[in-house]
Amino acid sequence: MPLKIDQSKITKEVGEALVAACPFGAISYDGTLKIGAGCKMCKLCTKRGPAGAVTFEEEATAAVCDKSKWRGVCVYAEQHDGKIHPVVFELIGKAKELAAVTGHEVYALLIGADVQAAAEELLTYGVDKVFVYDAPALENFVIGPYANAFTDFIEKIRPSSILVGATVLGRSLAPKVAARVRAGLTADCTVLKMKENTDLVQIRPAFGGNIMAQIVTPNTRPQFCTVRYKIFSAPEKCEPHGVILPMATPDKMLRGRSEVLRVEKKPEEVDISDADVIVAVGRGFAAKDDVALAARLAHALGAQLACTRPLVEAGVFDPKHQIGLSGRTVKPKLIITIGISGSVQFAAGMRSSDTIVAINSDPNASIFDVAHYGFIGDAHEIIPKLIEKTEGRKHV
Amino acid sequence: MNIIVCVKQVPGTNKVEVDPVTGVLKRDGVESKLNPYDLFAIEAAIRLKEQTSGTVTALSMGPNQAIPSLYETIYMGADRGVLLSDRKFAGADVQATSYALASGVRKIGTYDLIICGKQTTDGDTAQVGPELAETLGIEHATNVVSIDAVDSDSITVTFSLDDCFQTQKMTLPCLITIDKDAMTPRLPSFKVKKQCKGDEVTVYTVADLDGIDENRLGLKGSPTQVERIFPPEKNNEKQIFRGDAGELSDALADLLAERKFI
Repeated sequence: MPLKIDQSKITKEVGEALVAACPFGAISYDGTLKIGAGCKMCKLCTKRGPAGAVTFEEEATAAVCDKSKWRGVCVYAEQHDGKIHPVVFELIGKAKELAAVTGHEVYALLIGADVQAAAEELLTYGVDKVFVYDAPALENFVIGPYANAFTDFIEKIRPSSILVGATVLGRSLAPKVAARVRAGLTADCTVLKMKENTDLVQIRPAFGGNIMAQIVTPNTRPQFCTVRYKIFSAPEKCEPHGVILPMATPDKMLRGRSEVLRVEKKPEEVDISDADVIVAVGRGFAAKDDVALAARLAHALGAQLACTRPLVEAGVFDPKHQIGLSGRTVKPKLIITIGISGSVQFAAGMRSSDTIVAINSDPNASIFDVAHYGFIGDAHEIIPKLIEKTEGRKHV
Repeated sequence: MNIIVCVKQVPGTNKVEVDPVTGVLKRDGVESKLNPYDLFAIEAAIRLKEQTSGTVTALSMGPNQAIPSLYETIYMGADRGVLLSDRKFAGADVQATSYALASGVRKIGTYDLIICGKQTTDGDTAQVGPELAETLGIEHATNVVSIDAVDSDSITVTFSLDDCFQTQKMTLPCLITIDKDAMTPRLPSFKVKKQCKGDEVTVYTVADLDGIDENRLGLKGSPTQVERIFPPEKNNEKQIFRGDAGELSDALADLLAERKFI
């Protein structure tokens, strides 16, 4: 057990303090101190109480792999019908920054059918090498063959880091491949940095609370992460300098245990991810009249209406209006949040917006930690007046 | 059809904060609940059981406090619950968690289908299902919105991708994750609750799981490691407005006009 308790240092007082300090209720004290299965190894107990009461013993970890044999920052270039998902360009922009630290190349991995044009488009964003698995059997997303092609790429090219968009497809494919090659995988990163030793620093909200965790994969390669759409910015297009490298797709790679029977396109619908202006409401502004007011304000501003998770759970809104880690990530020019307290999951879905305005009656609400402009007051009084003024000015 | 449903107990609240001065995590109220997304997975499993006969086993990993969540699945219609509980699992990332759950699946024995919720409300990663499938060497489909057909060696499901719905016939055994709102979960049955004897949930520790490689568990079996935890960055250049509704709405209207939004 890496956490070691020195019972001789655990007085009643220390024991009770440690029980209180554990955020997961995993520590109990009945004369002796015990750490239970609820332990999340956050190691806070090692920092509380007298020195040496609870200590963390580094275990002999698995041998560190030879990191110099793994080179390149790879972006998985998700495509549908040859059209590249826009998150891919955002990830290429970030991959270029990361690769510059270590002098690695930027790769794109493209899997699909008839994707030559998509491969060329990737080059215009400054990718050094595009690796292409192109076969008719890869036209639709089938998990077996896609995972086989991805694994083949990793085994042959040995990339150091792999960035995957946290789309529905990415969240299905990345864990499958990561498990196969026993790679570390960190979901929904909001910040990525590169260490000089090629360790990818991944920051994401953690433990289901208002906490950020900095995560690394110190011993193994490759290191996988997923990133939501609209977290990073797409780079400007540039003069292509890279090359396209076709990869072999033997029949064995293309065999899977699932058969596609039907594909039905979803109707195009307005997506809050692409909105320039958003009015978002939370529990503090969720009554029927409140939502109607918010909709009127949204209309006056030419904005999309969005909400927090509790409002989806309460059935007030359809899930596609939800901002946050379990909903959409948005990066509008302006977002006005009304009656939203600002959980870390919500903030992670909107904090890169250009201008964030928050209206909340609680001056301690954490939304004011991410807002650029905070208005402390009762939205029920402010919003009707604001609508009046907004609609008034529109007509001037 | 023998089905295993993977469930997780999650905090009833997400009000966990880091004290900026002491760096200590504060979790107000440690009450827990069954991950809401798992209810749809349980419902799907029970409907399949009703259609095809067979068993539904709920599988979870966590402290003993998670036992009530497993009973909740039994009150809904699962036949039994299995909890993997051991300090050796502590600090497990997605890979070590998937490995532990795979060991639990093997302990349960034969199965045709594994069903998971789409994601949890505490981690939101949606990764454990696919990693578990790969660890067991089976295929998976995520975000399943409907189960269209089932026979002795295959299941046909429709799942949602970003731009389309795809219908696939998958060979059993396989793993699916169920989208929220794919079906309405039933309420726990009071009658079943009264009939329960209290021996419907089995707790296994690492010692009970045959052939398990302890090097692949917990912190040791996790390729990713948490270097540090910290409160989210605060935006220090913010401007705060106070006053009555008239003043505040004026200030906001001016701001919007200045930025050319009105």
